[in-house]
Amino acid sequence: MIEVVPSEGGVVPAAVEVGLVVNGEARRLVVEPRVTLLDALRERLGLTGAKKGCDHGECGACTVLVDDRRIYSCTTLAVMQEGRRVTTVEGLGTPESPHPVQAAFVEHDGMQCGMCTPGQVVSAVALIAEGHAGSEDEIREWMSGNLCRCAAYPGIVAAVRAAAGGAS
Amino acid sequence: MSLTPAELTSSVTGGIGTSPQRPDGNLKVRGEFAYASDLWHEDMIWGSTLRSPHPYARIVSIDLTEALEVPGVYAVLTHEDVPGANLYGLEHKDQPVLAVDVVRYQGEAVALVGADHPETATRAMKRIKVEYEVLEPVVDMETAADDTPLHPGGNLVRHVPIRRGGQAPTADVVVTGRYEVGMQDQAFLGPESGLAVPAEDGGVDLYIATQWLHVDQGQVASALGMPLDKVRLTLSGVGGAFGGREDLSMQVHACMLALHTRKPVKMVYNREESFYGHVHRHPAVLHYEHGATNDGKLVYVKARIFLDGGAYASSTGAVVANAATLGVGPYEVDNVTIDCYGVYTNNPPCGAMRGFGAVQAGFAYESQMDKLADALGMDPVDVRIANAMTEGSVMPTGQVVDSAAPVAQLLKLVKDKPLPPVSTTLDLRSMPGGVSNTTHGEGVVRGIGYAVGIKNVCFSEGYDDYSTARVRVQVINGELVALAHTAACEVGQGLVTIMQQIVRTELGVQRVTILPMDTSIGNGGSTSASRQTYVTGGAVKAACAAVRDKLAKLAGGRDLSEVDLVELLGDDVVDETVEWRHRATEPLDPETGQGNAHVQYGFAAHRAVVDVDVELGLVKVVELDCAQDVGNALNPQAVLGQIQGGSAQGLGLAVMEEIQTSGGKVRNPSFTDYLIPTVLDMPPMSIDVLELADPNAPYGVRGVGEPPTISSTPAIVAAIRAATGLALTRVPVRPEHITGT
Repeated sequence: MIEVVPSEGGVVPAAVEVGLVVNGEARRLVVEPRVTLLDALRERLGLTGAKKGCDHGECGACTVLVDDRRIYSCTTLAVMQEGRRVTTVEGLGTPESPHPVQAAFVEHDGMQCGMCTPGQVVSAVALIAEGHAGSEDEIREWMSGNLCRCAAYPGIVAAVRAAAGGAS
Repeated sequence: MSLTPAELTSSVTGGIGTSPQRPDGNLKVRGEFAYASDLWHEDMIWGSTLRSPHPYARIVSIDLTEALEVPGVYAVLTHEDVPGANLYGLEHKDQPVLAVDVVRYQGEAVALVGADHPETATRAMKRIKVEYEVLEPVVDMETAADDTPLHPGGNLVRHVPIRRGGQAPTADVVVTGRYEVGMQDQAFLGPESGLAVPAEDGGVDLYIATQWLHVDQGQVASALGMPLDKVRLTLSGVGGAFGGREDLSMQVHACMLALHTRKPVKMVYNREESFYGHVHRHPAVLHYEHGATNDGKLVYVKARIFLDGGAYASSTGAVVANAATLGVGPYEVDNVTIDCYGVYTNNPPCGAMRGFGAVQAGFAYESQMDKLADALGMDPVDVRIANAMTEGSVMPTGQVVDSAAPVAQLLKLVKDKPLPPVSTTLDLRSMPGGVSNTTHGEGVVRGIGYAVGIKNVCFSEGYDDYSTARVRVQVINGELVALAHTAACEVGQGLVTIMQQIVRTELGVQRVTILPMDTSIGNGGSTSASRQTYVTGGAVKAACAAVRDKLAKLAGGRDLSEVDLVELLGDDVVDETVEWRHRATEPLDPETGQGNAHVQYGFAAHRAVVDVDVELGLVKVVELDCAQDVGNALNPQAVLGQIQGGSAQGLGLAVMEEIQTSGGKVRNPSFTDYLIPTVLDMPPMSIDVLELADPNAPYGVRGVGEPPTISSTPAIVAAIRAATGLALTRVPVRPEHITGT
């Protein structure tokens, strides 16, 4: 049960403390229980790599890894991830040494406007780890939770295939 | 974080004709590219918009008392707080910044709240009491002109007639049809957002995702009652545009709140609000009659076209002109009678979207060409080739097409490609319905369809269409460096890459930095009408030429290629700004629609192969091949990206995308109910790119972004017709149109 306290503006749940390991760093923050993981990352921790394209689990722009599994961070609450490892796009590589998936997205131009790109990149990192990059058909199936309105899909598939070690 | 975007410098090189990496690519893959919705200011508050729930209503009263009492609320504003002119618009100033006395569409902005948190603003908005007297909305575009007038001048925004050749022709074979195009949404993933910061000089700085900084600036300044120099705009990261950011959304609202509260104000729409917050593609009803000889030569085309502009005009005038002037398609027709009408209704406002006007007409005229082929017993490609426009052909406007128009060649290219094999596996992913496991092949029928389209490039009808570019060269740390600065908006298409490529080619400087796009330099024009590579590309090229002239003077007549520019420049800086225009166009004659109204024409053709589950009405686009003339592919990879993206958006219109309205109300403002193509919907594409240079354009380029959006939709629908034998006169084609249930 979530404790609720009355306030002037109505009934507002009390804030709770939550601990997350974000991009390898232990972070503690105090959030209302209804705050999504996405809002906690973007507005409390200043990690704006994960994007809010729909806030309803429809577009995939907010994809992050929780204990190495990909998840739409807009459809989970921060408090539900207590103690877990959260990896955002910012945690994947460095400017000097980008993650191979990041490098492949640049190399194969798997983007136009780039709004979906952080979600695509994170999703692709997990997909490869899951062993779902065996063919272009398989990549398409397992990347289908990440929309790209610019439809840079051919470049995205080529990038994932290249990063997974397949023929580009 | 800094509100000013990063300067873009890349370590890669490459001039025109190559495909260097985009200079913002590394930032984008690291999540560090700052979109407007990512902006943050320590002192900022949040702005929210109270919108009308009714498509048409009189505002009886607005009571702000309780909203102002909510703790954390800094301001609640209505039309009474608009400091300047409370009417704006791209072509007609007909749209209020905040509604006065009447609301004309569901979602119209009525009041603004500035608060310490978006949720505080939401709570306050619920306490604004607006009393409405609901009125009967006008929703039928075909009768709107004679219905209740929604604006002082009536409901006809624009009528463009085209009269060419005989007006009472007869023909051996006549086919008629009535076609409908649904309301498509740009559905950019980055919602409308911006951050307005009040400045010490009494003005405001706005960091914004837009397609056209200077037109925003002019409209914002007018609404704020301020001179232009007090309203300064800087482009933030733009998460897609596709036409939907050519009009204002929250620009004036955020500035009003910032000036009123003296605090930075951030506004971000959520996805539902985004569906109400920007204009859409005009829905259309198109009545066509084609007459042809028995051997398939077109004798005449007659059309009556209605475009639903919704509550406010936006760019309806330009959309009407495109649908009219391009209304027969890329074909030679001696006798043309077209009447194209854009009207006001109480439906959502419509304006620019990729291929504006040409998309709607393209679906109808290509459907007619298939119908004609059927009536004549001819192959659908043959009947198109028999009438195909070429260089030297005359448009229905009387304008001579004075550069390449390889319509027949494009059709032959897509027709001659090998066809994909019929799937022999039972892989669900290759089936209509996919992994939903709706069929293992039973009830699945294959169909093939073709289409070709025409789109005007750049702004038309005498518009003074130009761009401004500044190029500077100097020596930094012993290296020759160039900077390029424009106000032309990068929205994902890769303009920043093209600018770097042009500077490298023109000046031989490898390190090229792109400065943030802002209004401190002159107008860059709109990122629309497939025009930026042409116009801003032309401006950058011209600015480079001016820099070269200066360098030549410094070199005292020596050949620049033999001069060490580092040594020549030393501590000097050469900095040149150029305003560059394409050749002028003319208005259309208001009675006959005659005139050299367009700058350039672009052409693309598609072949679509579909598998249709005729029992469930599900469609799988198996392959979507394209051939397009781009004049000169300055960046071949970016060209392919535009063709893929435009084709995919055409696919969306063909089989899935529509904002559905009922009595003026939007029924599906979410990505759950408004579907856009996923990677699984994107078929393999074999693409042929022709490079037939346009001698009138810089480097011979031809606008790329829109032509593939025109022909993709009708090709897919033609393929579904071929598979099903159904007439299918409306897009998007939905399952029930196929099953008849």
